[in-house]
Parts: sequence; C-alpha cells; structure tokens
Amino acid sequence: MKFKPFAASVAVAAVAMFAVGARADDVVKLPCVCELSGAGAVSGTNFRDGAHIAIDEINAAGGILGKKIVMTDMDTQSDPQTSRALVQKAIDDGAYAIMGTVFSGSTIVNMIVAQQAGIPQFTGAEAPNITEKGNPYVFRTSSSAAKGVPALTPYFKDTLKASKVAVAWVNNDFGKGGHDVFVSQMKDAGIAVVADVPSEQGQADFSADVSKIKAAGAQAVFVYLNEEEAARFLKEAKKQGLTVPLVGEVTLTGQKVIDLAEGAAEGAYAHVGLATSAPLAPIQDFVKKFHDRYNRDTDHNGIKGYIGVYAVKYATEMIGKIDPQALADKLHGLTLDAAKYPGMLLTTSWDKTGELSRESFMTEVKDGKQVVIGTVPAN
Amino acid sequence: MAQFLQVLLSGLSTGSIYALAAIGFTLVWQAAQTVNFAQGEFVMLPAFFVLIGVHWLGMPLWLALIFGLILSMIVLGLLFKVLIVEPMLPNGGLPLIIATMALSILLKEGTKQFYGAEAQPYPGLFPQATMTLGGAVISVQDVMNLLVSLAIVVGLTLFLNRTRTGRCMQATAQSPAVAEILGVNTRRMVLYAFLINAALAALASFLISPIYLAKFSNGENLGLIAFIAAIIGGFNQIRGAIAGGLLIGVLDNLTATYITAEYRAAIPLILLIAVILWKPEGLLGTSEGRNV
Repeated sequence: MKFKPFAASVAVAAVAMFAVGARADDVVKLPCVCELSGAGAVSGTNFRDGAHIAIDEINAAGGILGKKIVMTDMDTQSDPQTSRALVQKAIDDGAYAIMGTVFSGSTIVNMIVAQQAGIPQFTGAEAPNITEKGNPYVFRTSSSAAKGVPALTPYFKDTLKASKVAVAWVNNDFGKGGHDVFVSQMKDAGIAVVADVPSEQGQADFSADVSKIKAAGAQAVFVYLNEEEAARFLKEAKKQGLTVPLVGEVTLTGQKVIDLAEGAAEGAYAHVGLATSAPLAPIQDFVKKFHDRYNRDTDHNGIKGYIGVYAVKYATEMIGKIDPQALADKLHGLTLDAAKYPGMLLTTSWDKTGELSRESFMTEVKDGKQVVIGTVPAN
Repeated sequence: MAQFLQVLLSGLSTGSIYALAAIGFTLVWQAAQTVNFAQGEFVMLPAFFVLIGVHWLGMPLWLALIFGLILSMIVLGLLFKVLIVEPMLPNGGLPLIIATMALSILLKEGTKQFYGAEAQPYPGLFPQATMTLGGAVISVQDVMNLLVSLAIVVGLTLFLNRTRTGRCMQATAQSPAVAEILGVNTRRMVLYAFLINAALAALASFLISPIYLAKFSNGENLGLIAFIAAIIGGFNQIRGAIAGGLLIGVLDNLTATYITAEYRAAIPLILLIAVILWKPEGLLGTSEGRNV
C-alpha cells in the first residue's frame, strides 16, 4: 500500500516536468547576467532595465517568432568568478542568448563559458581584447576603446595643441584596454605622457593621483575610470584646483558622473559611443520611456541593454528559427539599418569578431548636463 | 615641497576619519571584549539616515545631521547592544564576533534593498573652497575634516580622563568586577561605550561620505582600514587607534605619490604584518595577559 502514494508522486512529478518542458519551449530565454551590486551596479542596473523595456515591447508585439521572451536577472555582484558561475547557470537553464556582462573583467572570464556552450552573448563591456580572442559567440552592444579612444586624438593634438598629457586610469581590464590604446595613440601623435596614474577599482581617495598629475605639468588629462571613481576624481581635481582640460571616453560625461560630482564635472569633455543626450528622436524617445518607467534617468548602458535585445529579435527573425548557432553566424557581418529596424535606435554593424561599428558622439558637460557637440561617423 | 604638503594634509584628513572609525573598535573591545566586524557598516549607514532626512522627510541639512546622529545612536548603539551583544555575550566572544559579521551583511544588503545599489551624492559639510599655503593648494574641506576629527578625539579623551563618568567607563573596561564592587553601574557604562561608538561612527560617516559618496558597500573598505588601523596603533588604547588611522591615511597617500600607485593598497597590510611580528600589542598599545 505504501508504494501507491510514491508512485502517484512520481507520476505527478513526471507530468509536471513535461508541463514545464512544454512551457519552456514556448518562451525564449534571455537571462541578464549583470552587475546589479558592487562597483558595477550603476552600469549593470541600467543595462538590465533597458533590456527589460525592449522585452516588454517585443512581447507586447507578439514576441520573437511568436514566442515570448523571458529574462531572469542574475547579479554578478561585479565579481568575475560569480559572473562565470552565473553564465553557466544561465546556460544550464536553457538560455538562447545571454545579455551581459557590462564589466570587461567579468566578460573576459565568463565569455569562455558561453563560447564552450555555443551560446551568443551580448556584452556591454568595452575592453578591446574581448573581441580579439577569436570568440565567435561574443557581440558588443557598444564599440570598444580601440575604436573610441582614437577619436579623441585629434582633440588633444589639434584642438588643445597639447604636448604633455597625463592619463588617470582604473587598473582593471576596462581601464587597461583604454590606457594602452591611449598611450599608443599619443606616441603616434608625438605627445608625451608625463604622468601615468593607475588607480584601483572602488578607490575613494584620489588626492595623491591628482597631486601627481599637477606636479607633472600636464596640459590635459585623459580620465579613463568607472563612473563612481570618475566622479571622485573630478571632485578631487576641483578641490586641488586642477584647471587643465579633463577629457574622457564613455564615462566621464555620463549623467551619473555629473550628478555624483556635484558641479565638478562642468567643462569635462568625452567621446561616447552612445549618448543619452544625442539630439536624435529614437534616442530621446528611449530616454523618455526609461524615465517614465523607472522615474530616473539612464546612462548609455540602458541603451546597450535595449538594443542588445532588439538585435536578438531582428537577427532571429531573419534566420526564422530559435537556433543559437545560426544566430551567431547571422550576426557576423550583419548591418541593422535603424530605418528598417527601429529598435536598434542607430544603424549598427558587427564584424566577424563581434566588434561593433556605429555613429558616435563628442560630448561636453554644460550646466550640469551632457551636451552633444559633434558626431563621429561609423568606422 | 608643495606637493608633499598637499599630500600630507590630504592623508592626515582622511586618516583622522579612519581614526574615528578605529576608535570604535577600541571602545567595543574595552566594553565587551569583542570585535565588531560590522564597524564599517556602522560608518556607512548614518550617511543614509541623513539622506532619508533630507530627501524623504524634507529636513534642512543641519537638522538631518542631528536626526542621523540620534538615529545612529539608537540603532547602532542601543539596539545593537540590547538585541545582539547582550543575548550573545554569555555564549562567549566568538559567537558574538560571528554575529557582528552577520550584522554587517544584513546592514549592507538591507541598505542596498532599501536605498538602491547606486552611489548617492552626499552634501559636503564644508565649503569646497581652497587656499594656498607654501605653494600648495589646500582644501578647506581637508583642513576642516582634520580639525573636526581632532576636536572630537580631544573631547572624547577629556571626557574619559577628566569626568567622573569617563573614569567609571575606564574602570569598567579595566575590571568590571572591581568597578561593580566600587559602586559603578557597569551596565550603564557599557551602554555609554556603545552609544559613543555609534556617535563616532556617525560623525565619521558625515565627514567621509562627501569623499566616498554614500553607497551601501562603503563599509567593506572602511571597516577593513579601521580594523587595520586599530591593530597597528594598539587595539586596547584610544591613542593607538588615532595613531593607526593617521599613519595609514598619510602612508597611503605618500606611497601612491612617491612610490607606487598600483600597490598602495598593500602598504597597510605590510605594515600590519610588520607590527604583528615585532610589536603585537600595537605601536601605542599595552600588552594584555590572560589565563588560558
């Protein structure tokens, strides 16, 4: 008599498993493996929230090939090893593609797991070496420092006419990537790097860093730090009366940095692959949607998450099936024209390494806001 | 010389705030013979109390600071003692240490859930003006941070040495049994120690948050530095905690400026190892004997 309840339980469990399996086939799983806490929380949270807006829009319009998208949020805590474990978990849970991570140090570590499983991964990271390792499954949602930093060289050489510059950079994969490209660019341009100041991720006190730069007599400073560190650096620069131009790539003129720096970001100049202040209707529509939904402003990472999900949708509809391998193959060499594929916001291309090309922007902080002062064509 | 002066002052300013947090370790050690591993979060949390006062309750900054200070003394002083220390202490020091580790996680994650993972701008208490001294551009904020911290430490020292209550607290720390025989209300003295610790943590929070920005994870670094400062200076002496805090603040800046920025974080740890090897009671601490 005792085996009957057991047999019944097994039967119920089996039916439940089939039922779950059937439901799993009806959805497209796009887990977000992002930095929701720790040093990368600002970037990762915006990336995730932008992705969720895209998912809700796509699902409301019928999903991808008639299947709804399901996004599970996975917090890497800004820790590379945790991110690696979560990418594995996402794959075990049946991910079609993975959104994230945003930190380069995490992406370098976890993209190997996605590569081994043959799952496409849409990263917000910008270290050049991510797409230099021959991984056919990693795709950027914004261009790397290797494309962005060179756009600043004419500014240092021709506009500022600087002969001596300093570089303040965060000593992680993101920072090292940008630092190496910058130093190489300055060497080619005949500009001396008189102060080369690395800092730690999460560093709070930048007094020594700014002091070294001041003492070196640099005529301009290239600031390549994460958002919070960039804000602390700007505050310290103002505190110590560092008056030379502060020039950055991506983060320095982001709205979060401007808010945290409390006036110290005024006049900072940066090249950004994506700008929430870009005077383009699709970008402004997205920025408004984001603010209406979350009651706060996004930075460029929100746009990355949004277009990453749309890239999956458009490419999947082109191949006509839910097939990770076919998706990765399709994306190599693909150009998605924003006029035909409005979810991309800007016309975007991927090369055979997963590197991205797109129009980008020159920005400056004026009156506490990021202002686009020029555009750089896609390269 | 100008650069040295600038870096030295910045280091002293930051170090003096570390010292405030480090004194907390000393006070709790003297009051309960335990280590509070949530001390970093005790410094992180009051900044959020102030932000709640300003942004949610619409208080002016000065009122929000008082609100933050009082709330800190209640939550991090009174409730910490009543809800965690008193129930755990009879089980020995180790369970209490583990309980403070759990409290550290609770405060950190609770703040994250309640206020978000992003860093928040925090209003500065002093003007962001600068002045020139010997060619160095000196920040008013740095000078004021240093002066306020030193004033707090001097005030605390005078309180402990020159007032009856302060001496009773010291007697309780040195020998609770003897103090009780002499008529000291030891329970009250221990409570005072916890309240002072909470107040010091709150003041450190108010001074350092304009630099660190208010963020749920700030306590990780602050707690570690303050712990190291307390050990280097001498865990059982307030003067040791002050010396340790100032030493770390100055050494960190001098190392980053003149030796290496890449390995600046290693300097406090190297110093810690050296002190433990050659002067385990700390630079200004006194050795304690115990029967085992």
